[in-house]
Amino acid sequence: MSRIPLSALIGLILTAAYFLAAIFASVIAPYGMAEVAGGVWEPMSSAHWLGTDSIGRDLLSRMIYGGQVTIFVATAATIVAFVTGALLGFVAAVSGGWVDQVLSRLVDLFMSIPALILALVILSVMPVTLPVLIAVMGLIESTRVFRLARAVAVDIAVMDYVEAARLRGEGLVWVIFREILPNALSPLVAEAGLRFIFMVLFISTLSFLGLGVQPPLADWGGIVKENKDGIVYGVPAALLPAVAIATLAISVNLVADWILNRTTSLKGGRG
Amino acid sequence: MTDLLEIRDLKIEATSYPPGEKPRDVTLVEGVTLKLPKGRVMGLIGESGAGKSTIGLSTLAYGRGGVRITGGQVVLNGQDILALSPGALRRLRGKTVTYVAQSAAASFNPAKKLIDQVIETTLAAGTPRAEARARAVELFRKLSLPSPETIGERFPHQVSGGQLQRVMTAMALCPKPELVIFDEPTTALDVTTQIDVLAAIKAAIRDEGVAALYITHDLAVVAQIADEIMVLRHGKMVELGDTGQIITAPRETYTRDLVSVRQIEHPPKPDGAAPVLTIDAVSARYGRSGPQVLSDVSAVLPQGQTLAVVGESGSGKSTLARVITGLLPPLQGRITFAGRDLSPTMAGRSREDLRELQMIYQMADTAMNPRQTVATIIGRPLEFYFGLKGAEKKARVDALLDEIELGPKFADRFPAELSGGQKQRVCIARALAAKPKMIICDEVTSALDPLVADGILKLLLDLQREEGVAYLFITHDIATVRAIADRIMVMHRGRVVRSGPKAEVLSPPFDAYTDLLLSSVPEMKQGWLEEVTASRRMAAGGE
Repeated sequence: MSRIPLSALIGLILTAAYFLAAIFASVIAPYGMAEVAGGVWEPMSSAHWLGTDSIGRDLLSRMIYGGQVTIFVATAATIVAFVTGALLGFVAAVSGGWVDQVLSRLVDLFMSIPALILALVILSVMPVTLPVLIAVMGLIESTRVFRLARAVAVDIAVMDYVEAARLRGEGLVWVIFREILPNALSPLVAEAGLRFIFMVLFISTLSFLGLGVQPPLADWGGIVKENKDGIVYGVPAALLPAVAIATLAISVNLVADWILNRTTSLKGGRG
Repeated sequence: MTDLLEIRDLKIEATSYPPGEKPRDVTLVEGVTLKLPKGRVMGLIGESGAGKSTIGLSTLAYGRGGVRITGGQVVLNGQDILALSPGALRRLRGKTVTYVAQSAAASFNPAKKLIDQVIETTLAAGTPRAEARARAVELFRKLSLPSPETIGERFPHQVSGGQLQRVMTAMALCPKPELVIFDEPTTALDVTTQIDVLAAIKAAIRDEGVAALYITHDLAVVAQIADEIMVLRHGKMVELGDTGQIITAPRETYTRDLVSVRQIEHPPKPDGAAPVLTIDAVSARYGRSGPQVLSDVSAVLPQGQTLAVVGESGSGKSTLARVITGLLPPLQGRITFAGRDLSPTMAGRSREDLRELQMIYQMADTAMNPRQTVATIIGRPLEFYFGLKGAEKKARVDALLDEIELGPKFADRFPAELSGGQKQRVCIARALAAKPKMIICDEVTSALDPLVADGILKLLLDLQREEGVAYLFITHDIATVRAIADRIMVMHRGRVVRSGPKAEVLSPPFDAYTDLLLSSVPEMKQGWLEEVTASRRMAAGGE
């Protein structure tokens, strides 16, 4: 940990700030989530640092709570995507044969449908609650993780040490978790950073389209939607959550990039 | 006569990045001085890491990936080439000094015809195309390539490995260089191919009158081709002398070790022990419609003995190992192990079957999980087969580490922190941990330096004596076979050509293939190459 490059440091600080704000939202937010604290679209002032929104709620408080929802949903969905995608990908790579064929073709099938349309169709017939949202987003994205995990694991599964483990009589669980996973971790960690960003964009898009997080809860995408009409009158309330989405995306990427650099060397990395 | 090349007090450094430490400069080559007159051949010999290739490349004023020439002079035709401008160096490289790499297959551009690659530098030097072509064809003929007029029209994958190596030699000789660097040109070839390539290279060097640096780790090979030999170790010169003096009267201990390598005495064990493994008429192929890789192979391995399986690449040796381990179910045939029938597939075998039949691989690097410590690697079979845990397991791991002559302090290391020989020892310990009746050794010494390989062979023999384990020893190296085998099986194109006790297989009368194989193994004496090629020509003429 001797030298952290400047880009990674910036990313790390911003990411940490967003996550801390999300965790301690109820402590640091000056007003309540749904509390009407002023007039409609008031400009920035000392009472309302970022102004107020379309029905007079404090925008800063809403952004902080919205960040909490966004980050929670994105994180949970990323975990779902990785657990299912990586596990199935490893199983496909290690088992080969018809198991691999069935799983891979199934994933191809899902990937041939645009993710957003698939999500909209599913969500339009399901009750839109947070667990359902997380599951739908996680499972759709898990097809991408499956592809990567399988590709990485196929390369590892043909190594002599995996063959040696099989000749020893080891089961699938040992081969996957002890032989393959430790060697597949670094590309997966880097991918996790990217997938998290896609999740943030995904949930924001869904909320903007009205099929994501439902009122009175709101995430950043939802806040953009509520305030989008203000742009016509020169009110910046819709742009601020958009900026938050963009900066979070960039900073997580910077961190993921650095982690990838650090872990690519099998000798434990340097620097 | 003036010297074409003179290297004075060469010093070469590089920056190394050891895990968990600060980068530091290491000296790769130090204090090397040599003189090479026109038309002479000097052999550079040493183990991996001795600095052979680094010195070879320095005559092109080139250092590979971060390697820096920090001291001394490389004088070519009276000019210090280390001081040349990039432009002058460019004119020198590929024109005055050329280079033949070890792996021809990896060095050719697979998308271009051979002839275009062979005459590329010659064209760059301003020679007209027709003239360069004619020269290349002449060289193809000189290197006894088949159909020299048209072979250049082929792509690299359309010729064999031995031919490709000769084409690369033609490429190096084409621009009429004054100095050619041969960097292990025959190491990747089978012995029966190596002899042809060696003879062709030697004739071409003599006819062209070029000077050459011939880099190799095989003293017997360099003895055939070099006028002088320089022995290197850890980047320093150990001994420099005439070829005859080096191989018959070496002055330094290290050179003596190199000369006498692979002379382990191993009297074959008496016949009559019960067989641990019987292979009966096994045939196999890859995929449903692939060519048959094994046809009707039968073999017997007695308890506590060593059966060496010898053959060139593609002879089916490793496939046989895959069939025995159950990774590749045979088309037909039966395998009996320790008195019971072995299931053709791995899934059908009991844990006992798996435990008693262990395997050691050629590349120890890829045979160990880079994320596991030595203790985990050796400890897992103990835990898996015998349920050992905690202190009991640790004690056994330490005992095994002692047995392979490494010691308990290696337990916490990762594979990346071990040398090649140490890695192979850990793999041996992992196999031994299962207390097997038989170990399949697949080319376990071919990736190692001769002296290190010797150590491994001695260790394997000692372990056989103590543990009574049987080895199925797959190799292409006859010297290794002599050192370790009790019984020998010679394979060629998937068939058993000859088999039996060691003494019987290695003594005449030979069948044609075994004769070819045995006579192709370079002997540590000058003039061997001429003797063999002459006797072959006579035999061919007599038929």
